[in-house]
Amino acid sequence: MTTLIDAPPSDADALLPPKKKQAGGGLGQYILVRFLLIFPTILILVTMVFFLMRITGDPITAAMGGRLPPEQLQERIHAAGYDRPLIAQYFEYLGQLVTGNFGTTLSDNRKVSEMLTTYGSATLELSINALIVALLVGIPLGMVAAHRRDHLPDAVLRILAILFYATPVFFAGMLLKLVFSVWLGWLPVAGRAGTRTELSLTALEAPTGIYWLDALRSGNTAAFSDVMSHAVLPAVALGLLTAGVFLRLVRTNVIGTLGKDYIEAGRSRGVSEFRLVTKHAYKPALIPIITVMGLQIAVLLGGAVLTETTFEWKGLGFQLANYLTARDFVAVQGIVVLLAVIVAVTNFIVDIIAALIDPRVRY
Amino acid sequence: MTAETTLEPVANPRASFFRRLPVVSHFNKSVGLQRFMLVVGLVLTGIFLLTALAAPLLAPYGFAQLSDVDGSFPTQQAPGGKHLLGTTVGGYDVLSRVIWGTQTALLVIIVAVVLSIFAGVILGLVSGYIGGWLDRILVVVADAIYAFPSLLVAIVMAIVISGGQSSLFGGILAAAISITVVFIPQYFRVIRAETIRLKAEPFVESAKVVGASNIRIMTRHIYRNATRTLPLIFTLNASEAILTLAGLGFLGFGIEPSSAAEWGFDLNKALADTTSGIWWTGLFPGLAIVWTVLGLTLVGESINDLNDPRLRGRKRTNRKGAAAAAPAAPDGSGTATELSNP
Repeated sequence: MTTLIDAPPSDADALLPPKKKQAGGGLGQYILVRFLLIFPTILILVTMVFFLMRITGDPITAAMGGRLPPEQLQERIHAAGYDRPLIAQYFEYLGQLVTGNFGTTLSDNRKVSEMLTTYGSATLELSINALIVALLVGIPLGMVAAHRRDHLPDAVLRILAILFYATPVFFAGMLLKLVFSVWLGWLPVAGRAGTRTELSLTALEAPTGIYWLDALRSGNTAAFSDVMSHAVLPAVALGLLTAGVFLRLVRTNVIGTLGKDYIEAGRSRGVSEFRLVTKHAYKPALIPIITVMGLQIAVLLGGAVLTETTFEWKGLGFQLANYLTARDFVAVQGIVVLLAVIVAVTNFIVDIIAALIDPRVRY
Repeated sequence: MTAETTLEPVANPRASFFRRLPVVSHFNKSVGLQRFMLVVGLVLTGIFLLTALAAPLLAPYGFAQLSDVDGSFPTQQAPGGKHLLGTTVGGYDVLSRVIWGTQTALLVIIVAVVLSIFAGVILGLVSGYIGGWLDRILVVVADAIYAFPSLLVAIVMAIVISGGQSSLFGGILAAAISITVVFIPQYFRVIRAETIRLKAEPFVESAKVVGASNIRIMTRHIYRNATRTLPLIFTLNASEAILTLAGLGFLGFGIEPSSAAEWGFDLNKALADTTSGIWWTGLFPGLAIVWTVLGLTLVGESINDLNDPRLRGRKRTNRKGAAAAAPAAPDGSGTATELSNP
């Protein structure tokens, strides 16, 4: 879940060689060090997940135990190599990961890496939609709250931000579904698109898997509106959770910059209050938002698991929940490691963007 | 949450013990909207606590009760009559499960927060004080866990601890430990940062000079000073614990309905009801989550704002002052980035 309090920056800075600080350090060196830091992060997570999941026993017993006679169970465990020393299995697993093999699911015998291509785009689409909602709601409201600080709009918005945070995604999703789909009948209850649209979109040549993009490319307006109507509720449910964080962040930072001398100077020159807030104070306040956006990626992915389950949105999170119920821990481990890689890489990209925008970020 | 917000002592050291207690001192310092938010938070949290303590008296039925002297409970009955908030698809009384759910939530909060404070504070103190390679390794590990979606960490831990099946105490413990693993990095970071700052203070040096052992310096000199932010993290983590517990329950890793009432699990079961327009099975457990998280977050937020002189409103010094409740002027040193991400 999110930390409502603005997250502290990464302590990874402590790991950078201290002499770099004096030398000033070029952007290239920063990117290189930051890039190399991805690997220990992923390695630590993979190692922890691997050993933790094996403490309880082998995955085959977990998935099939009680359903197969003991001899057959032993046979399958032996065939999969789960009776070998753990450390040998660990290194074999690492070797497989390097070649992009995340394992094969037990319950339906599919490659986990394949799942990324099949379901990853759905999760990506949901995350992008939610991020758009979060930014559209969070940034303007944050500016309003900062501008009307300590007045009624600020009070209402701050309580609203906390309310957004306090509502679990799946409860928000359930309420939205109840009101807009069941009672009002305006929007579809679940899924990513109607069956016909889905068929027409998957029949496309080289589909991106991001439905609205595919629908736009095919020029099929009916499909596009169908996809959009399915996308609204999940995006709002997940987006509002993050919108609260952005609202608070923009508010705090704009309040900070509004107290600066150059704002006072602008005011004395006769720059309008509106322009002061939206242009002068807002831009410097953007930098921390980009940093926090990186941290929000992890939150969005965690929330996506719950949102996808609520709306039967067939993405990675929906699959994860299914495999959890099926006790297929090979699949669970595969998806978790996959998500770890995604989080580590996005954090890297966000850090680089932040460094490009603000030289002060580079240490 | 960070070192910067705590530099100013929270309470006047000369005030009486009662007035120096975390929440009481914050209340006295608050004004206007901030006081309102703090009071609302305290009231919501207070009602939650009272409900948890008095659950056996308040709940009309047991959390796993399916029938009474008149026979079995009807399933999916609308609110009203014998069942004030209706019954679920399994035939449980919704009101009773919402009320008993407070106990589960409270138990999980207590176990999770106590465990993570314990582990996080010790690791943070040791890591910050000793430094060197141990510190670097711990920082990388904590960062790795922190950057990862916390719900996924909790899922992995839940699989490890209970394999997904759970009794009352097994389930509560599993949920609490899963949440603990998510929180340890947060306590670790805060305490470590404070410890590193305090290590350079003259009083630590003088303690070394008079021959105090490292353990004594850590446990008496630094510990006392480094843990002042804990009430704040405590309240915020308590609310996160509720959300994580509900998330786990929603994904089917909660506590079996026959062992305890858990809101996330009930919401999971209510998901199918929503489509057919049955609203009461999901609405009330969900509202209970929002209520609890809102209360705890309002308290935590208020404490955070009141700890930070730049965010704290000031009492009116002059009734005919220019602005209403003149806001504290941001001090010159705080740049935009420092305000959000010190």
